[in-house]
Amino acid sequence: MTAVEQRRRQAYVDAQASEARVTIELQTGDMTLNIGPQHPATHGTLRIAARLDGEQVVACEPIMGYMHRGYEKLAEVRTYPQVTTLINRIDWLGSFANEVPFILAAERLMEVEAPPRAQWIRTILFELSRIANISLFLGDMGVQVGALTPVFYAFRDRERVLNQIEAVTGGRFHPNFDRIGGLKDDLPKGWIDETRAVMATMRRFCDEMEELLMGSEIFEARCRGIGVIPAEVALSYGLSGANLRGSGIDWDLRRDANPGLAWDQIDWKVWTHPDGDSFARYWVRLQETREATYMVEKLCDGLPGGPIMAKVPRIIKVPAGESYVSTENPLGEMGYYVISQGDLGPFRVKIRTPSFNNISVVPWVMRGVYVPDVITILGSLYFILGDIDR
Amino acid sequence: MTFALAYWQETAVKLAVILAVVPTASLVLVYLFLFKWVSFMQSRLGPMEAGPHGSLQLIAEAVKFLQKEDLMPGRADRHVFAAAPVVVLMSTFLLFVVIPAGPDLVVESLPTGIFYALAVSSLSTLGVLMAGWASANKYALLGGLRAAGQLIAYELPLVLAVVGVVVQAETLDIQGIVAAQADGAIFGWGGIGLPYVLTQFLGLLIFMVAAQAELTQAPFDMPIAESEIVGGFQVEYSGFRYLLFFMAEFGTAFAFSALGAVLFLGGWWFPGFDTDANALNVIGPAIMLGKVLILSFVIFWVRFTYPRLREDQLQQFAWKLLIPVALLNITVTGILKVAF
Repeated sequence: MTAVEQRRRQAYVDAQASEARVTIELQTGDMTLNIGPQHPATHGTLRIAARLDGEQVVACEPIMGYMHRGYEKLAEVRTYPQVTTLINRIDWLGSFANEVPFILAAERLMEVEAPPRAQWIRTILFELSRIANISLFLGDMGVQVGALTPVFYAFRDRERVLNQIEAVTGGRFHPNFDRIGGLKDDLPKGWIDETRAVMATMRRFCDEMEELLMGSEIFEARCRGIGVIPAEVALSYGLSGANLRGSGIDWDLRRDANPGLAWDQIDWKVWTHPDGDSFARYWVRLQETREATYMVEKLCDGLPGGPIMAKVPRIIKVPAGESYVSTENPLGEMGYYVISQGDLGPFRVKIRTPSFNNISVVPWVMRGVYVPDVITILGSLYFILGDIDR
Repeated sequence: MTFALAYWQETAVKLAVILAVVPTASLVLVYLFLFKWVSFMQSRLGPMEAGPHGSLQLIAEAVKFLQKEDLMPGRADRHVFAAAPVVVLMSTFLLFVVIPAGPDLVVESLPTGIFYALAVSSLSTLGVLMAGWASANKYALLGGLRAAGQLIAYELPLVLAVVGVVVQAETLDIQGIVAAQADGAIFGWGGIGLPYVLTQFLGLLIFMVAAQAELTQAPFDMPIAESEIVGGFQVEYSGFRYLLFFMAEFGTAFAFSALGAVLFLGGWWFPGFDTDANALNVIGPAIMLGKVLILSFVIFWVRFTYPRLREDQLQQFAWKLLIPVALLNITVTGILKVAF
């Protein structure tokens, strides 16, 4: 090695070393940012521990359980009719939809079937609670990306849907209306015409959101290509509902595994979007809400007559056995695994809630995104805290 | 009759005027736009109980803020934390110094007025950065740093947008710019003077966009971003310190609308008056207020319509679109100025 070469090599090493020194000097430590449990974007008490490099998320972990209310355990010390009061409060924006799979599971064990009219009204109320639930999401997503106005429109129009639910059940948020073998009451007089008018309002609301929010270039810039969940990842994390359909998987329990409601008797469409990003999830939910309004109208058109209650004993004892019924709730697949030992109440209830699985994809999808995107992705995954923690 | 005041008397009067005008200006904006107009947009009523149509709600709010406990985080840098809202508000007060409301109704007519106004307006970012750093809060820090990044990106288009006006008016004096618009003529017709909104429309657009970012209003409200970083640099502030921030926010919105009105809409001048008519000293403030409300209406209309951009998207927007367009505007203005 010549002296010149040696010097050159030494200079190179020195340069490398000094560069490394600068890098070490300039390197900043990661910052741990606690998003939640008290944070407006978590709609409740979800906590996300995010490790940040600048504004970029290096890793993050959702920490749940701040609102655990022990419904599975509480259900063991209640009788069957009492359980619906509890499970109303799991997904509190679409309460009626929570009752249905549990009642269906109990009916399956008792080998009772609700009369057709009860099934159809159940389906109508189910879709109404879907509209009430998701219309709020459609506006709330605006808040997540910084537009405050859409959520007020959502509240304004959701109110009409809640009024319709209240007119039937007497409860705006917690109807507690489903009974084993049928329903508590029939529809009030004139309700169907009013509901048709409300459905037209909700379609107008959907159009409004399409223009005001989805049509905004800024909304697209914030949501397109952000938080992409490919189909195989969505499947492996057990996502369900619009989050799965937003990843392009055509899977809807209402069509694929109808547990005995009127969905198979009307004509409707399952919406999917191939992109898998936040925008796709929003788009799918918007289409679903609009589809649900048409479904309610079709169900109102074809509503059969007859009784609304099957013959069930006054004191309900469910024969020993196990059954699992899941339905396509506003948030995704919600299922109840009921084990009975022939008592007045269930021996054990396992509740499968959609938000719990949907939120489990957060560590995967949040890697490398910026802090503002954390909020939009969380918003687009759309969870309800009660649904995560039960 | 002319009367001359001693220097200290004059200063005292000017001080009193500024102290009265800034809170009034921000209260007008808060009531008209934040309370009432936004409620109308969002299909709700807004405050209705306190006074007719909630007009006394502002007093209730102010009293509420004043009686709150003065909280300060334990690990905060106490002096900086306390000074930050004052710095922000000071920038607002300083802005009002050069804004004219009539031929003689100006606190201090500086020969380089517009230059001064743009310079002091960037002071507020210093206060925001101080607040973000001194709060000893990660959310506040993120907000403060975002604000600093935003300032660097948006001060430039703001200045460049104004340069077009300055080139056309051939003066940096704000009163001179108003006079130049009043004396101007559209192809020889001087009926309405020449409001620079006609020739500098691009400049007005850039100015308003940059002002929106400077004011941290949506769609550029990342330093506050209440749905992500929960208020950013304001997160630890409560009580009267928050009130100072709040007043500064709306006072500055008023000041920027006023600057826009002066630069592009002809300020306090109204067609049919001489530029030194004494009547304009009386009705000038009303004319000015009207023009300011038009521009601030646009600011709040945009604020409550659009979602928020992301910080990097904002930077791209500023550097790749606004600054090149502003430079183009200056070039064209310069060429036309020399040609005609």
